[in-house]
Amino acid sequence: MDKDARYAKTHEWARKEGDLIVVGVSDFAQSLLKDVVYVELPTEGTVFQKGDKAADIESVKAVEELKAPVSGEVVAVNNALEDSAEAINEDPYGEGWFMKIKPSKIEEFDELLSPEEYEKYVATLEH
Amino acid sequence: MNKKEIIQAHYQEPLVFELEPTNYPKYYAPEIPPEIMKNVPATDKLIPKEMLRKEPPKLPSVAEFQLARHYLRLAQMNYSVDTNFYPLGSCTMKYNPKINDFLSMDRRLSDVHPFQPARTVQGNIRILYETEQMLNELAGMKRTTLQPSAGAHGELTGILVIRAYHYDHGEGEQRTEIIIPDSAHGTNPATAAMAGYRTVIIKSRENGLVDLEALKAVVSEKTAALMLTNPNTLGLFEQEICEIAEIVHDAGGLLYYDGANFNAIMGRCRPGDMGFDAIHFNLHKTFATPHGGGGPGAGPVGVVEKLVPYLPKPLPEFDKKTGTYYLNFDVPKSIGKIKGFWGNFNVIVRAYAYMLSQGAEGLKRVSEQAVLNANYLKKKILECNAWTLPYAPETPRKHEFVLEGQKLKEETGISTLDVAKRLLDLGFHAPTIYFPLIVHEALMIEPTETETKQTLDKFAEAMKQIAKECHEQPELLVNAPQNTAVPRIDEVLAAKEPILSWQMYQERQTEK
Repeated sequence: MDKDARYAKTHEWARKEGDLIVVGVSDFAQSLLKDVVYVELPTEGTVFQKGDKAADIESVKAVEELKAPVSGEVVAVNNALEDSAEAINEDPYGEGWFMKIKPSKIEEFDELLSPEEYEKYVATLEH
Repeated sequence: MNKKEIIQAHYQEPLVFELEPTNYPKYYAPEIPPEIMKNVPATDKLIPKEMLRKEPPKLPSVAEFQLARHYLRLAQMNYSVDTNFYPLGSCTMKYNPKINDFLSMDRRLSDVHPFQPARTVQGNIRILYETEQMLNELAGMKRTTLQPSAGAHGELTGILVIRAYHYDHGEGEQRTEIIIPDSAHGTNPATAAMAGYRTVIIKSRENGLVDLEALKAVVSEKTAALMLTNPNTLGLFEQEICEIAEIVHDAGGLLYYDGANFNAIMGRCRPGDMGFDAIHFNLHKTFATPHGGGGPGAGPVGVVEKLVPYLPKPLPEFDKKTGTYYLNFDVPKSIGKIKGFWGNFNVIVRAYAYMLSQGAEGLKRVSEQAVLNANYLKKKILECNAWTLPYAPETPRKHEFVLEGQKLKEETGISTLDVAKRLLDLGFHAPTIYFPLIVHEALMIEPTETETKQTLDKFAEAMKQIAKECHEQPELLVNAPQNTAVPRIDEVLAAKEPILSWQMYQERQTEK
């Protein structure tokens, strides 16, 4: 769990970095997906609304979507994932980041779950 | 279990292209008689010059004995419903009786051309006609197209028929959504997307069934259809199916039945009576025809009366006046053809033979025995105290059940994948794993009606042994399988760098 990040119920994390929001998938999400083998990232300049599909994640188990946790424009993507998708499993909050978004509604960031709230939420899913 | 009991043939078998070419006598196609040849234009007149081959194709050049040995050896390395128990959940891997193959190989059924005039293939069209009648009766539908060549293909056909219906009634633009429960097969949302719809996923209730309130909250004038399988993926029967149908119908939507689990209810109840408007059958599951690589599949689609005008054409018909069968191409509102010719005809013949040999009473006993076997095996495995049964544990299952391996993983670190691999060591095909996604560390087991009590007991015994090994000899599990021809596969590498053809394989070899 990254204590500096905030979380979406769809298991994305978002972290402030200057004016930008860095986005990835949570450790819980990667543990459910198991080995990620491929990701399809958006092109820089794409504009998303909160909740839009922003990336595809393919693992040995399933194909899932990463949903934009905040609205805004993609200003950078982690192209390294194309060759080393395993970073998502090994370092989900670090090397495994997906994209940086320039938020258009910063209040959406504050509406995301705090690490504690997300932890509680995850606990309800593990029955 | 004694190691020597488990035998899998293991040959270092090359590809057929790598066998040594021989001059041993071979078979050749007969010379074409000159009176026919003189009516055939020269090759360069038939085919544009730039499309003619410059060199002969690189085909293997081997003798009959090489070929026979090659394929027999591959067959001996194979695991199949002909050799063993195959509890792959949701796939209905029942034994395929040989009489089906025997009849479908009859020359009158296999050596015919799809363009032959109807009067020369009356028996063949009759088989299509009667197969359709039997499927109509089993599902409670008005008409059924036999063309689709697989379950997912049937789904797409059914949803395109529903789409055509909405467009014909002026609601095509308005109805843009298909509702699917979160326990559904992945093909359902894929089908909806292929047919141009947005999918709306609804969560299952704690008892694993459709949540009526959640359904009411999402149905609207935008709803084109609800896709459902009953019993669902957890093996649970949707008891409120009539209420579900009413909610969807009241909103102007239609109900699509995914026939994946039809083996659980065949002859007992009918999707048509539950309120479904369209259904696909998986002939390769319920009707004992070969699966996938064992031969093409078939996914006939049955519909209620109001959807009949949109079915693919042609439909087989019987003309009472002349007492002859014919193919009816006069279906003006048809969505068109979705498969060449008449569908996978010889697969349909197998299903026809299966239904006739079982008879109506026999088909009832099939579903009865399939459900009994599943519930017996479920009870035996739960006695191991290693796996749990999530969602309404007290409710009997239908044809299959889904176990959760979360407790075992927390206690021993052994995952469902390890358990599945260890089952291979003990001589069993693994169940479906990690599906449905709403169960953690899922093991999905469908024994089918084929198996004897002895086999089910042996499998339960193997699971019991594995449960013990998880605690006492975990290394046996994490290193499994050891007794098979091929050890554990690197799934990540296979997904990242797939070798999909002989050509790719050769390129990789030269790169090395």
